[in-house]
Amino acid sequence: MAVTRRQLLKMTGIGSAGVAATSFGALGFDLAFAEDRAAKYKLEGVTATPSICPYCAVGCGTLVQTRDDGKGRQIINIEGNPDSPISTGSLCPKGAATFQLAMNPKRLQQVQRRAPGSDKWETMSLDAAMARVTELVATSRDATFVERTADGKLINQTTGIFALGGATNDNEENYLIAKVMRMMGVVRIENQARI
Amino acid sequence: MTATQKGMFVDTSICTGCKACQVACKEWNQLPMEDQEAVHLGNAFLADSYDNTGHLSATNWRHVKFMEQFSDDRRTQSRWLMMSDSCKHCVDAGCLEVCPTGALFRTDFGAVDIHNDVCIGCRYCVGACPFGVISFNDKFDGTTGGPHMVKGTVNKCVLCSDRVANGLGTACAKACPTSSITFGNLDDLKRLAASRIQALHARGQTDAYVYGWDLKAEGYDRPSDGAQDLKVVGGLNVFYLLLDKPGVYGLPAHDPGLPQKNILPNAGGALLMAGVLGIAGVASFRKRRMDAAAPAAVE
Amino acid sequence: MDLQHSDFIVFMGSNMAECHPVGFKWPMKAKAKGATLVHVDPRFTRTSAMCDLYVPIRSGTDIAFLGGLANYILSNDKYFKDYVVNFTNAPTLINAGFKDTEDNDGFFSGWDAAKKTYDRATWQYQRNAPPPAPAPTGTAEQHEGQEPAPKPVAGQSVKGVNWGTEIAKLLPTFPKEDRTLQDPQTVFQILKRHYARYTPEMVEKICGTPKDLFLKVADIITSNSGPDKTGAFVYAVGWTQHTYGVQLIRTAGIVQLLLGNIGRPGGGIMALRGHASIQGSTDIASLYNLHPGYLNTPSANTTHDTLKNYILTETQPTSFWSNTPAYVISQLKAWFGANATVDNDYGYDWLPKITADHSHLPVFVEMMDGKIKGMILTGQNPATSINAGFTRKAMRNLDWLIVRDFYETESAAFWKAPDVDDSSAIKTEVILMPAAHVAEKDGTMTQTQRTLQWHDKAADPPGDSRGDLWFWWHLGLRLKERYASSTATRDLGIKNMTLDYDPEPADVANWRIKDEPAAKKVLWEINGFNYAKDWKDRTLLSTFTLLKDDGTTAAGAWIYTGVTPDKNTNRAAMTSGKNDGWVSPNWGWAWPANRHQLYNRASADPAGNPWSDRKKYTYWDATAKTWKNVAGDSIDFTATKAPDTKPNPTGIGVAFQSGSDPFILKTDGKGWLFAPVGLSDGPLPTHYEPWESPVNNALYKQDRNPVTKVWDVAGNKYNTFAGTDFPIVISTYRLTEHHLSGVMTRWLPWLAELMPELFIEMSPELATEKGIKNGDWVKVSTSRSAATARALVTRRLRPFNLGGKTVHQVGMPFHWGYMGIAVGDVTNNTSALVADPNVSIHEGKAFTCNIEKATGPSDFLQRARKVPV
Repeated sequence: MAVTRRQLLKMTGIGSAGVAATSFGALGFDLAFAEDRAAKYKLEGVTATPSICPYCAVGCGTLVQTRDDGKGRQIINIEGNPDSPISTGSLCPKGAATFQLAMNPKRLQQVQRRAPGSDKWETMSLDAAMARVTELVATSRDATFVERTADGKLINQTTGIFALGGATNDNEENYLIAKVMRMMGVVRIENQARI
Repeated sequence: MTATQKGMFVDTSICTGCKACQVACKEWNQLPMEDQEAVHLGNAFLADSYDNTGHLSATNWRHVKFMEQFSDDRRTQSRWLMMSDSCKHCVDAGCLEVCPTGALFRTDFGAVDIHNDVCIGCRYCVGACPFGVISFNDKFDGTTGGPHMVKGTVNKCVLCSDRVANGLGTACAKACPTSSITFGNLDDLKRLAASRIQALHARGQTDAYVYGWDLKAEGYDRPSDGAQDLKVVGGLNVFYLLLDKPGVYGLPAHDPGLPQKNILPNAGGALLMAGVLGIAGVASFRKRRMDAAAPAAVE
Repeated sequence: MDLQHSDFIVFMGSNMAECHPVGFKWPMKAKAKGATLVHVDPRFTRTSAMCDLYVPIRSGTDIAFLGGLANYILSNDKYFKDYVVNFTNAPTLINAGFKDTEDNDGFFSGWDAAKKTYDRATWQYQRNAPPPAPAPTGTAEQHEGQEPAPKPVAGQSVKGVNWGTEIAKLLPTFPKEDRTLQDPQTVFQILKRHYARYTPEMVEKICGTPKDLFLKVADIITSNSGPDKTGAFVYAVGWTQHTYGVQLIRTAGIVQLLLGNIGRPGGGIMALRGHASIQGSTDIASLYNLHPGYLNTPSANTTHDTLKNYILTETQPTSFWSNTPAYVISQLKAWFGANATVDNDYGYDWLPKITADHSHLPVFVEMMDGKIKGMILTGQNPATSINAGFTRKAMRNLDWLIVRDFYETESAAFWKAPDVDDSSAIKTEVILMPAAHVAEKDGTMTQTQRTLQWHDKAADPPGDSRGDLWFWWHLGLRLKERYASSTATRDLGIKNMTLDYDPEPADVANWRIKDEPAAKKVLWEINGFNYAKDWKDRTLLSTFTLLKDDGTTAAGAWIYTGVTPDKNTNRAAMTSGKNDGWVSPNWGWAWPANRHQLYNRASADPAGNPWSDRKKYTYWDATAKTWKNVAGDSIDFTATKAPDTKPNPTGIGVAFQSGSDPFILKTDGKGWLFAPVGLSDGPLPTHYEPWESPVNNALYKQDRNPVTKVWDVAGNKYNTFAGTDFPIVISTYRLTEHHLSGVMTRWLPWLAELMPELFIEMSPELATEKGIKNGDWVKVSTSRSAATARALVTRRLRPFNLGGKTVHQVGMPFHWGYMGIAVGDVTNNTSALVADPNVSIHEGKAFTCNIEKATGPSDFLQRARKVPV
C-alpha cells in the first residue's frame, strides 16, 4: 500500500526536507490537489432522476443522483431540483437529509416478525410474510364480516380490521389501499389526513 | 491567478434559522453527526434557544446561531436573530499564514481549502483563526466519518471546492430556502449586499450593515447614515449582513488583523516548517493572499 | 407561489417558516416587494421573526380574533361592496325562524338538547314559491355544499334511468335576495348582528391580544384589500386541530369574502398541509367517509340503500356536482371492470357501507374494547399519537399488526415500549415490513396546492424493501386467489375487483425487482378511460366532462381526469425546462383540469372586466366571447358563458347559475358567508372555548361547542373545565428539524443532532412562578398522563392578561418517542381523544396541563435510553 503524503511528511520530518520540497513545492501542490478533487468528484457519471421531497406538502423538487457500479443503481446524492418552480432548487434540513433517509445503516431491509407473546423479532422471508398477511387479513375479515344490520340493511362491512396511514404514500398507493380494503369490506380506513 | 474570486454573502435579515445549510453541507460532504451517544443519552441538549450544535467543528462546517432579543414587556424590543456561520475564507487568512505544511491552501476561486492528507495535526491554524472556525478531529476516520475525515487532522468548510471546480455553487447556498446564503462572484455579491442594505435602510431598518467589507470604500452605493460597514482581515470572501453589533453574533468587533502578531510561538513554528518546505512554497502562499486581496475583476 | 403577489399575508394557525420552510420563500418574495407580513400566534416563532408584525394570541381563540376582524370590517364599512353584493350570499334571505347564538346564549335555533344535534331547518334560504321541501335532520355524512335533496323512493335499479330527468325533478326555486342588504333577514344583516359584540376590547379579553395590536392587523388587512390590492391568510393545523376547527377556517373565509380576496391573485386562504401527499390521500381518499374524488362513502344511515338512491341523494342539481351520476358509475366501472353492468347496478351492492363515525379516534376506542382484530399501518405511527398511552394500550388488544415503514417505529415496537413490564402478556402478532423510499418507486404525489407531481424510480429498494404499491397489489392478487372459488355473495367485491397493473417487460427489464406493478396503469385507471377489457384497447380521457353515466367510461377519481390525457402524455411529470411563469401550468398538473387558482372567475368583476390592472387574472374577452387568463391558468368557469348570462330556473348544474356566479361548486354559485348546510355545529362560526380551557366563555353561557365529539372512557379523562388543577394552556407543534412522530427524522444522524431532545417552551414569568430554570427537567401532566421534557425558558412566550386574569401558555413539540437515535418522552401521552363535530379532527392545539420542576427524565425515558440504537 502506498504511503500517503501525510504519512510521508510525518515520517520524514526535517531530514527529508528535500523530498518534501520537491513533491509539494509551489505550483505542483495545488494542481495535484485540484486534479485529486476533480477525479473524486462524486457526481461523475451519475444519472439524475427528478423526484419529490417526501416530508411536508410543499412538494419541493429533488434530483436523485444514482450510479451503477455493477451492483445496480445506487443513490449517490440527493439535492434540490433547480427546475422546480415550487422550490427553485432549495430544500429545508429535512429535504436536504432525504439521502440519509434512504442510505442509512439503520434502515430495515428484511421483514421482521414478532410472534404472539414473544420478546424478540425474527427475520421472515418476503414471500412467507405476504402469505401470512393474506391469511391474517382474510381470517379476521371472515370472522368479523357483517352482511346485514339487525334491521336488515345490507352493509357488507368488515368490522374488525383497521387500515391506517398513507399521507406520504403516492396517490396510486392510496388508491389501492382504498380499493383493496373496501373490496374486503373494510371501512375503517384512515389516514394522517384526518388528524 | 485567473479564475474569478468566489464567495458567499449571508444576509442574516432573511435567515429563518431552518438549518437547511447545515444539513446540505453534511449531505454533500458526507460528514458524520458529532456525537450519537450524547444525543441518545440526552446529553446534547444545550438549552440555548434553538441551537443544539453549539459551534463550528470538524464535523459541523456550518452552524446556525440564534440570538433572542426581547425586553421584559416584549414591546420595546422583540426580535429573534439568526445567523448561519461558517469559514469566512478571509483574504488575509491567519490559518494559511501559520500552516507549516501547506495543508491549508488558497484555491483558484479564492477559498481556503484543506488537504487532509498533508495536515500533520499541529493545530497552529486552530489558534490562528480569529473566528474559531477550524477544529481538530481526533474521533473519525474515513470509515466512520466519511471521505473528509482523517483522524488527527483539522477540518472546516472548504467552500465546496469540488462543486465549485465543477461549475456548481456551494451546497448550503443552493439549499437555502430564502436565499439568505448566496454563492457567486465576489463583486456580484458585494453589489447584492449594497442593494440589500439600501432596501433595508429604506424600510427603516437602519441597523443593517455589512460585516467583512466596507462597501462604500469598495465603491458601492450604500447609505451614509445608520450602521456602517466593517472590513476585517483584508476582507471576507464569505461576508455578512448583520442587524446588530458583531459581538452579538460572536464575531470580533474590531479587525483582529493577521495572527503572527498575537500568536508568535505558532507563527515561529510555522516559519520553521515553512523552512522545511522551501522558500518557494511560502512565496506561493503570500502571493495567493495578495491576489485574493486585489479587486476581483480579473478573468 | 401565488403568495408572492399578496399585499398582505397573515399567518395564523401556521408556523410556515418552520413547518413549510421552502414554501416560505414566496411570502419572503412578497415582503421584498413591499407586502406586510403578520404572524398571529401564541408563540413568537421563526415565522414571527421574519414578519413585520407579531401578534400574540391565546391558543384556541382564533374565532374571536377573526370574528373581531369581521366586525371591524362590517362596522367600519370596509368591505368590498361590489364583490360582496354580487359574489357572496350576503343578499340572500334566511328563514324567518332562524335564531342566532347572540339571541340564544351560545346556541343556534334547532338545538335538540337530548340528541345533542341541530335540526337545520331554520338555517335554510328563503326561496321563491313554491317553498322548498323541509330539510331532513342532519347526518354526519352530509357534505359541505350539499343541499338536502328530497328523499327518493327506495328500491329501484339504475336500469333505464334518465339522470337528466331525475335531477330536473330535484331543482329548487331561486333563493330570495335583497341586494340593498337592508332586510334584517339577509345574511349580511345576520352576520353584522352576529359579530357586533366581537369588539377590539372583547378580542383583548378573550384572546389576550393587546387592543392596539389587533387594530393594527385590522388596518393592515383592510388597507391592503380592494380592487387594486389583495391579501392572503395562511393556515395549517394550528387552525384545524380544534373542536371547532372547520368553523375556524370558515371565519377566515368570511373575512376574505368580505374583503373580496377569494379567487383573485395574491388572495385566498392558503392551507398548508403537512405531508408529501396528504392532499392526495384526501383526494384519492384513504378516509373512511370518502371514496376517491370526494364522493361520500355509502352509508347505512342515509338513503344510500341502492345505487339510484345513492346517486340522487349525492347529486347537487344546481352546481357542478350535478354530474355526480357519471363520476359514481365511472368509478364503479374502474373498480369492477367487465363485471360492473347496468343489470347489477355496476356492483354497487358489493361495496361496504359505513354505519357510524369510523375515523381515527373512535376506532382506537373500539380497539380498546377489543373489537378490532387487525391493523395495517402504512407510514403512520399512532403509538406516539393522540392520547398515546391510551393508543398503545388499545393496540395490545390486536390479534395482529402489520407495519410498513423504513425503521423500527414506536408502533411496530409497541409490545416492548418502556412502559410494558411483561411483553409475554401481549398476544399480538407483529409483522414489520420494510418500505421503499420515494426515490425507489414510480408514482405521483399531490402537494398542498393540488398539484400532482410524478416521480420516476431511480434505484431499486434495498433487500426485501418494497413500495406500498407492490404490497397492496400483491395482497390484492393473493386475496382474489383465495376467494376465487367462493360462491358467497359477500365475496363478490373481492372476486370482481380489477387489478390490471401487470408491469410491461420493458419497465422492469433493468431492475432487480421484476414483479413491481405498473404505477402508470394505476394512474391511468384513476384518470379514466373509454372502457374496454384490455389496456391495449383502452383510450384515456382528457377531461372529466367526457365521463359517462352509462358504463362506457371508467375513472377511479373524476377530479384527476386529464392528468394522463393519453398513454404517451403524463402531465404530472416534472419536465425540465417547463418552468414557465409563476403559475407554471406545465410543471406537474393541478386538479381539477390543471386549475391553479380556484374560483378564478371572481378575479373579474360581474361584467367580466378585471377588478384592476394590477390584479388582472381571469377576464371576459367580449370580442372572442370567451374567458381568458393572463398567466396561463385554466378558467374555473364555463369557458364561453358570458358574464351577463341569466340563471336558468330549469337548467341543471351550473346552467342554474348566472354568468356572474363564480363559486360553481356551491349550489347557488355564491361564496358562502352563511352556510345553510354542510355543518353540524352552526351556519356561522361562533367563539367557543377549547374543550379544556382555564377560563369560561366571555361571550356566552355555553362555554364549549355543544356538538363536540367526546369519548368519556377510561384512560381518556378530561381535565375539569375552567378548573384549577390544570390551569396552563398547552399547544403541541412541529419543528423544522423533525417530522411528525420522528420516524423519518429521529433515525437520521444529521437531523437527530439538530434537535436532540424534547423540550417545553415557557415564559420566564411562569418559570419563576414554578421555580424552574432554563434547561431544568419539567414534568407536564394532564388527567391522561404525563411527560418529562427539558425547559426552554424564553420571552418568545408570554403570559396572557384576560380581563385581569393571568393565563400562562406553554408549548411542546411532539416529535419524540422511545425508538431511534434521538429518544424522548411522548408529548401526546398528555393529549385527549376529543374532536371536531364535522371532521373528527382532535384538539391538539389547545388543551390544559400543569407543570412542575422534575429531578430528571421519567422512568419511561430512562428505560428507552438504555436500549442501544
